[in-house]
Amino acid sequence: MITKEPVITVKNMVKKFGNFVANDNLNFEVYKGEIFGFLGANGAGKTTAIRILCGLSSPTSGQMTVAGFDVFRQTEKIKQNIGYMSQKFSLYEDLTVYENIRFYGGVYGMKIAERKAKTAEMLDRLELTAYENRKIGDLPLGWKQKLAFSIAILHSPKIVFLDEPTGGVDPITRRQFWNLIYEAVEKGITVFVTTHYMDEAEYCDRVSIMADGKIVALDTPEKLKEQYNAANMDEVFLKIAR
Amino acid sequence: MRTLFYILQKEFAQIFRNKGMLPVIFVMPLVQMLILVFAATNELRQVDLAIVDFDNSSSSRKLTAEITGNPFFVVRQNLADTKDVEDLLMRNKIDLALVIPQNFDKDLTLSKKADVQILVDAINGMAAQLSFGYLSNVIGNYSQKILVKTGKPEAGLMKSIEVKPTYWFNPQLNFKYYMAPGILVVLITVIGVLLGGMNLVREKELGTIEQINVTPIKKWQFIAGKLLPFLAIGLFDLAFGLLIARLAFNIPIQGSMPLLFGMGSIYLVLVLSLGLFISTISDTVQQATFVTFFMLIVFILMSGLFTPVESMPDWAQKLDYANPLYYFVKIMRSILLKGSNFTDIFNEFAALSIFAVSMFGLAIFRYKKTS
Amino acid sequence: MNRFLAFLRKEFYHIFRDPRTLIILFGIPIAQLMLFGYVMTNEVRNVKLAIVDHSKDDLSKRLSQRLLSSGFFQLAAIPSSESDYESLFRSGTVKEIVVFEPDFALHLMKEGKAAIQVIADASEPNAAQLIVNYTTAITNSFVKEEFMKNQSPPGINIKVRMLFNENMRDAYNFIPGLIAVILMLISAMMTAITIAREKEMGTMEILLASPLKPIQIILGKVVPYMILSIVSALVVLALGMLVFNVPVIGSFALLLAEILLYIFLALTLGILISTFVDSQLSAMAISGFVLMLPSILLSGFIFPVKNMPIPLQIVANLMPPRWFIEINRTVMLKGGGLNEIWPNTLVLLGMSALFIFISIRKFKIRLQ
Repeated sequence: MITKEPVITVKNMVKKFGNFVANDNLNFEVYKGEIFGFLGANGAGKTTAIRILCGLSSPTSGQMTVAGFDVFRQTEKIKQNIGYMSQKFSLYEDLTVYENIRFYGGVYGMKIAERKAKTAEMLDRLELTAYENRKIGDLPLGWKQKLAFSIAILHSPKIVFLDEPTGGVDPITRRQFWNLIYEAVEKGITVFVTTHYMDEAEYCDRVSIMADGKIVALDTPEKLKEQYNAANMDEVFLKIAR
Repeated sequence: MRTLFYILQKEFAQIFRNKGMLPVIFVMPLVQMLILVFAATNELRQVDLAIVDFDNSSSSRKLTAEITGNPFFVVRQNLADTKDVEDLLMRNKIDLALVIPQNFDKDLTLSKKADVQILVDAINGMAAQLSFGYLSNVIGNYSQKILVKTGKPEAGLMKSIEVKPTYWFNPQLNFKYYMAPGILVVLITVIGVLLGGMNLVREKELGTIEQINVTPIKKWQFIAGKLLPFLAIGLFDLAFGLLIARLAFNIPIQGSMPLLFGMGSIYLVLVLSLGLFISTISDTVQQATFVTFFMLIVFILMSGLFTPVESMPDWAQKLDYANPLYYFVKIMRSILLKGSNFTDIFNEFAALSIFAVSMFGLAIFRYKKTS
Repeated sequence: MNRFLAFLRKEFYHIFRDPRTLIILFGIPIAQLMLFGYVMTNEVRNVKLAIVDHSKDDLSKRLSQRLLSSGFFQLAAIPSSESDYESLFRSGTVKEIVVFEPDFALHLMKEGKAAIQVIADASEPNAAQLIVNYTTAITNSFVKEEFMKNQSPPGINIKVRMLFNENMRDAYNFIPGLIAVILMLISAMMTAITIAREKEMGTMEILLASPLKPIQIILGKVVPYMILSIVSALVVLALGMLVFNVPVIGSFALLLAEILLYIFLALTLGILISTFVDSQLSAMAISGFVLMLPSILLSGFIFPVKNMPIPLQIVANLMPPRWFIEINRTVMLKGGGLNEIWPNTLVLLGMSALFIFISIRKFKIRLQ
């Protein structure tokens, strides 16, 4: 359910590493409840941008707000209201499923009862209840990814940032992952996802395409396909990249 | 505050699950206390000595007997020539040689004084001084004995000032009592800096630190969460090492244990913070290990563990004011061997406390959640 | 051959481009040289002394003055009563207290002898013994000058000659050992780490699949560190001779030959260790434990092997550094030759052969 209320606003965002401009004057908004796809080739600047919005990296200039808080001055407030899943999906491999959930739940200030209830619900949904006391390192990749996502939204953040969340798994597992994303959106969470799988772009409400640090396209997948006369997002991308 | 609790819960779970960690925590104290302390000693077990007797008189034979009768010396006799002695010295078979000249007996009888020559392999100055000192004591005592028998010469001329030594805090001059406190310090330093510090770099390498940086965890909570478990482990190993030392060679424990562990805590906060600070400026475990390794070598050698700080050149002594091990080795020796109390070690306490607080603050400051 | 040279060049780049490796290769040896040459010494100086003079006569005052002007002692306290003694020691304010008995001079003149009590802080037992020895020596020479008209006293007089290191400089003792420690660090530990790194990163398999023969790979890994070791050894030797005046009395050629032998031995050790480990960290941990620690503590570098309990002496004798350090000391400081050090040389040769043999066997097994 998309609204027109922006939860992320980005005006003239610039990020330089020395002389190299990784993000060159980005301008966009993300609305509450939408799935916003952030596409582009490797090295286009996607990860740089997402890390700035999460408060992991400081921007060179621009005016950005996330969940209503300023990216320069209120990063800690932002962190209380978002979830994040990195490319390495960083759960602790040497701890069990239960121990990872307990840790992150506690860190986000969830009350114990609430955490336990949500955990049970989550594990049931993922069919992992039997594996609660297994070490993350012992689980297959697809389960780890779904778990990492579910833990990222356990504390009901306003926005969840996903950086290339589905790398390295088969198409069926990817599909299941995206079902989880839809369920999260139904609960009112906004999803900001980067990916280089063009078919996943079709699942998003709107996408932006980055190349060489700039945004070269920003619209719904349908409108983009129309605009570039393409049958699918793959073609759109190829046409833009030329 | 609850956040800190959850962090500690995770840290402890990870530590105890780490198969490599547990042996280190238990085996290292054993190895250090049992092997290192016994190896690192300047106490002489025996002295290898050769005697060349050119006189072959009753006096010279009596002197020789006095020496060979002393269990401390392993004596080779019946050497014909100083050349044999030189050969033994060159081949590292003896530490000292005693040469009794031809007129030994005659000189003693007639003029009541005679010379002997001692040759010492002086490459290791400390060993040389100790073994030479011991031999000259034995000869000196024997000399006094025969003088008494043969009667005093011109009483007016003969004067002597006797130096009566008493050794406090370690009357047996047991070298282990000296080394063990210092080695205990090295033990908990290594545990603190390496294990504690490496931990943070590991998270950097794995990428889990990014997940932490994205949460609302406060910087001080994260650093404290890395520090406190290893503070506990460090103190445990301090106690364990002390226990082993007590059982293995009866190390004196003169002073107050609460004071010792209080100082140990401050020291651990300091070295742990140092290790964490190094982690915040390193990207890989390898980098952090190298830097730490280098630093530790310098700190350990300059700490007064092996050689006294007072003997060091002035510039080195000044540098030691920045060396945490210098302070803590001093504190450990003072409390364990001399029973020093808080007032006695106040200066060292003050220095360590200031450093600990600064280093802890520095580590928190340097750790950035937003890069 | 070209392939091999290309591989060799890559290895050198690895070394010189990584600042941390440079710290280990250059920083540690230089730091150790400075420390063992200038800082680590048992020399008696700045000893904090307290003097308690119950007699306060001309003689006691003169002897006190003698002690204080000797350059070894500094007056740190004049305690008013015996109850102060303990706290003076406990706070580290003094290391020795000299106590003159009442009527000191009187006793000496009338009875021909007097006594001074010397209380030493034996929490540092070696230092305490040395301090007492110095105090005694100063007192004895005081007596000789004041009363004996500098004639030798009756009894047996000892004339001592300190051989090989007349001034008992600590640098003489440490520099030969330092060469051993540094060579072990560079030739063995770093070699083990660099081969392990290749294994850990998986690039070892790539190398094995390339046209390079296994022996070329090993040589390629080892040759840079061999060159660096030779350079380091020469630098330490040169600095030892020029800055610290440590002599090389024996044959320089023999010394170099032995150093080369030891480098070879250390390299084989490094290779051997790398066959047992999978990661750099393990290589570092095992080398540190099995190589460096014994090189420093069990080799006679600082503490004489003779002083150790027998079981530890046995362990020390199984370690290469113990034999090599003795060679160094004998050739450099005593002017010894092959005649004196052939047993040690034989041991080192034997150990090298053993290590190579085991390494080759392990390597062959891996390849199968």
